[in-house]
Amino acid sequence: MLTEQEEKDIEAVAGHYPLKKAAGIEALKIVQKHRGWVSDETLSHVADVLEMSPTELDAVATFYNFIFRRPVGRHIILVCDSVSCWIMGYDTIVNHLEKRLGIGFGETTVDGRFTLLPNVCLGACDRAPVMMIDEQLYGELDVEKIDKILASFE
Amino acid sequence: MESPLTQNIRPDISPLNLPEYEKAGGYQGLRKALTQLAPDEVTALVLESNLRGRGGAGFSTGRKWSFVPMGDDAPRPKYLVINADEMEPGTFKDRLLMEGDPHQLIEGIIIAAYAVQAGIAYIFLRRAYVTAGQRLETAIKEAYAKGYLGQNILGSGFNLDLYLHVSAGRYICGEETALLNALEGKRAVPRAKPPFPPVVGLWGKPTAFNNVETICNVSHIIRLGPAWFRDLSHVPDGGSKIYGASGKVRRPGAWELPMGVTIREILEEHAGGMQDGLEVRAILPGGVSTDLLTAKHLDVRMDFNSMQEAGSRLGTGTMVVIDDRTCIVGLLSNLMHFFAQESCGWCTPCREGLAWTSRILKAIEQGQGKLEDIEHLKRHTRLITLGHTFCALAPGAMEPLQSALTYFEDDFRRHILERRCPWR
Repeated sequence: MLTEQEEKDIEAVAGHYPLKKAAGIEALKIVQKHRGWVSDETLSHVADVLEMSPTELDAVATFYNFIFRRPVGRHIILVCDSVSCWIMGYDTIVNHLEKRLGIGFGETTVDGRFTLLPNVCLGACDRAPVMMIDEQLYGELDVEKIDKILASFE
Repeated sequence: MESPLTQNIRPDISPLNLPEYEKAGGYQGLRKALTQLAPDEVTALVLESNLRGRGGAGFSTGRKWSFVPMGDDAPRPKYLVINADEMEPGTFKDRLLMEGDPHQLIEGIIIAAYAVQAGIAYIFLRRAYVTAGQRLETAIKEAYAKGYLGQNILGSGFNLDLYLHVSAGRYICGEETALLNALEGKRAVPRAKPPFPPVVGLWGKPTAFNNVETICNVSHIIRLGPAWFRDLSHVPDGGSKIYGASGKVRRPGAWELPMGVTIREILEEHAGGMQDGLEVRAILPGGVSTDLLTAKHLDVRMDFNSMQEAGSRLGTGTMVVIDDRTCIVGLLSNLMHFFAQESCGWCTPCREGLAWTSRILKAIEQGQGKLEDIEHLKRHTRLITLGHTFCALAPGAMEPLQSALTYFEDDFRRHILERRCPWR
């Protein structure tokens, strides 16, 4: 079941559009904010609220990078793998992150703290190489800086 | 030199709130448009200013608006959609404008909506721009509270609702018809054109469609006039432009400069030149969907026509600089991985062709290429073109590849013959 607050938030954003189902992405992000990811059951409840079929909503959900249909860690690390960051040392950054966390892309640390994902250009090319953890952007990365950033989450 | 777009933007300081923005001359353009000008007069002024779309295509903004059906018989509601899904790799100019001066964008949106008589406007923002999203939300609330949004704006009888739509990350959403599907809550695949969005757009209704930087110019054009706007530029295209540089330059960043400055001026004066010991070898002038240029092109002007004459495109105007120690084949492999991954899968040349191209490039980069691969790549650049695909994503992917094969074919050969990357 969705919580009262989730339903209220979804109804509010659905009011921005002539058809409720246009709020699909925003609705999925609302439930994901509380639950971390979107299970089949949750997706089906959201579809009910938006008056659409679960299949139709899942076709939308699986199209996007930031709707998680599998459980993820408490923090999501997005490493920019696009051109400017690649020029500025993306390989070193990723190798270090993988070594430090003991995981590869698409995986979650055993303590459930971090999920590591590649991401297209984060739009901060003047600060390359960059990554985002949750909603915070980190630029001018090097190995020492990454260690410091990761330590701040412990 | 005047810099209207960034005059209120100070790095590391919160943007102006509504009263501060008004004190700096803000919302005077809106007042003038709504109280002194008819909608078609607003469009005429923008047409006369020679403002061309800053999203990359460079279409005349005034002409674009003039395609929206007007008058009592026009289908309603009409929509205005702002493309703030800035996901072109190497591009970070709209972020600067939205984070730095959100009211400038909102004022432009209200004027643009008035010109085409749209009743509902959406800002389609990429999910990664968290700060921009928060600042826009705050500014939209302020604008409603002041009566610049909502019913009967400034007593003109014009009504407008503005909503921020935050997407969930997918490059194809920047393609305008894919974006329309995304806003309607469908998978973001492109639509066949015609019909074009100004006539049949969001939910089948007329929809004007503009980039963030384009719209940020509008209030200044209305307030100070088309002649003033044209004079900002070194070339017939009106206005200033947010240019940028990233890669191994001394001072990567973005700067508002007259439209039509040269690549050299941006690279040497503003970005401070290359880092010690490095030479510039190539440039992606306006994002990854533009043809590479080389060190021989540094004196080309960065405007729509000059870039086209040089064999590339202005695109977003934020250049990626490639130094002589960066491998061009590795660069292309990175770019093609991006395009193949971001293909929405809707049409075959893109879904299959980009994946194939990406695999060939990766093999060459790893020293496992064959000489005939170069011919395969060239054939792809001739076949994956506009007219063979639904949208411009795959043809855009071919632009850096075809120019890399033109200027740097020997790099590809060396990888194949030496069976390794000579740059490692």
